[in-house]
Amino acid sequence: MTAVGTTAPRRGVPATRRVLAQARFEALGLLRHGEQLLVSVALPVLALVGLSLVSSPQLAVGRWSDAARIDVLAPGVLALTVLSTAFTGQAILLGFERRWGVLRLLGTTPLGRGGLLLAKATAVLVVLTLQLLLLGVVAGVLGWRPDVAGLLPAVVAVVLGALALVSLAACLGGALRAEAVLALANLVWVLLAGFGGTLLPAAALPGGSLLSLLPTAALGDALRDAFVLGAWNGRALLLLAVWGLLAGLLARRLLRWSD
Amino acid sequence: MSEGAPRPDAVELRDLTRSFGATTALRGLTLAARHGEVTCVLGPNGAGKTTAVEIAVGLQRPDAGQVRVLGRRPYGAGADHRDRVGVMLQDGGLPQAVTPRALLPHLARLYSTPVDVAELAGRLGIPAFERTTVRRLSGGQRQRVALAAALVGSPEVVFLDEPTAGLDPHARREVHVLLREVAAGGTATVVTTHSFEEAERLADRVAVVVDGRVAAAGSVDEVCAGAGAAGLEEAYFALTDGVSL
Repeated sequence: MTAVGTTAPRRGVPATRRVLAQARFEALGLLRHGEQLLVSVALPVLALVGLSLVSSPQLAVGRWSDAARIDVLAPGVLALTVLSTAFTGQAILLGFERRWGVLRLLGTTPLGRGGLLLAKATAVLVVLTLQLLLLGVVAGVLGWRPDVAGLLPAVVAVVLGALALVSLAACLGGALRAEAVLALANLVWVLLAGFGGTLLPAAALPGGSLLSLLPTAALGDALRDAFVLGAWNGRALLLLAVWGLLAGLLARRLLRWSD
Repeated sequence: MSEGAPRPDAVELRDLTRSFGATTALRGLTLAARHGEVTCVLGPNGAGKTTAVEIAVGLQRPDAGQVRVLGRRPYGAGADHRDRVGVMLQDGGLPQAVTPRALLPHLARLYSTPVDVAELAGRLGIPAFERTTVRRLSGGQRQRVALAAALVGSPEVVFLDEPTAGLDPHARREVHVLLREVAAGGTATVVTTHSFEEAERLADRVAVVVDGRVAAAGSVDEVCAGAGAAGLEEAYFALTDGVSL
């Protein structure tokens, strides 16, 4: 066999190339994962179409009360998609990859553990971009007319929200048994989809001021302010950054590389 | 076997101890492996073989003792070190939703001097099931993919934790031929196994691990002579019988 056992001095593959190769591999894996696509694409599309066809619950509340229903609904569906991909999908994947030993094996390759985490974050952002574009097109067909001035604040909100939710996923998926992660991550998805300030703004829910502190509510509010008002929501973005920081620190303590 | 000027051992584990709560896995284990040789590590379940391998590949840190692999401490070593080391874990560690056809070329891209993936896969009979996802492969097929994953980076040291477990006789024979070739190319090849036949066929040196220590090490003949045994199986039982685990 060729090359095995060569002892000439080696210069490793540049870190960027390794991380990008792994990010591409992870992104393709996410896009080919049927059950994951159900949660991260099919359910948000169903929510978008379903809630656009009915008039209740009331979505256009508070500072968005003058907006069309679809203009308030679409940013909430985008927030739900970020929750699905960055939190639920990643927590479950992480739980099972620990079970299968994938994290340990990749940790022994030149990619390493740090490279693996960076590649996963990159893959999530790439897949999210595709999902959000698809949902944006569907929402556009349904009459969504976002404020173009909100594009940059929306991108910032999605990046901060994704990082916060991926870090929370690492806390859950990196600490518990795979079966427990599967059950809890789905339960959390249902609760946050219903009462986490994504589809329904926190302001429209009982205890809204408390719920608005959730990362999902902050993401939803930031996206609604961006696309409905063309405005930056500094409080929501700061909340997302704080959630990301705290969850990241917690994940460093909780994340175990094997089941 | 290597020739010319003597080189330092590729793997040097000295006086390693490692405990998990009340359980002591290693109690002063000392083990070495040389370039160009196959070193087979034998021992009962729970003797500490896998813990020693995981320390050598940097997945665990010993409580005490010294570890050097290619002259480096493996725990926390950089990508350039991992580029030179191949690993096959006992639990495989393969992603379940991908095919060998996608996985092996991807892994090869992470290494600076990958082997010819098609040739390696062909040697291991992987093309017959290369379009099947890992989760649908049999245990033996997964073993072959995991072995290919360990060798794909053209390692200078390779650690193989029970590489032939679950393989049929033909596949085992081919793996033995392949590992002899890998070692002949200069790679220090460390194989844990429960098979005496495998150790006798493959090993330049064997180490028998008992209760967290190396009870005997050397060539098969040396280990047998030391235990006053006619063969490796007899030597193994002489060394391991009566040891509580």
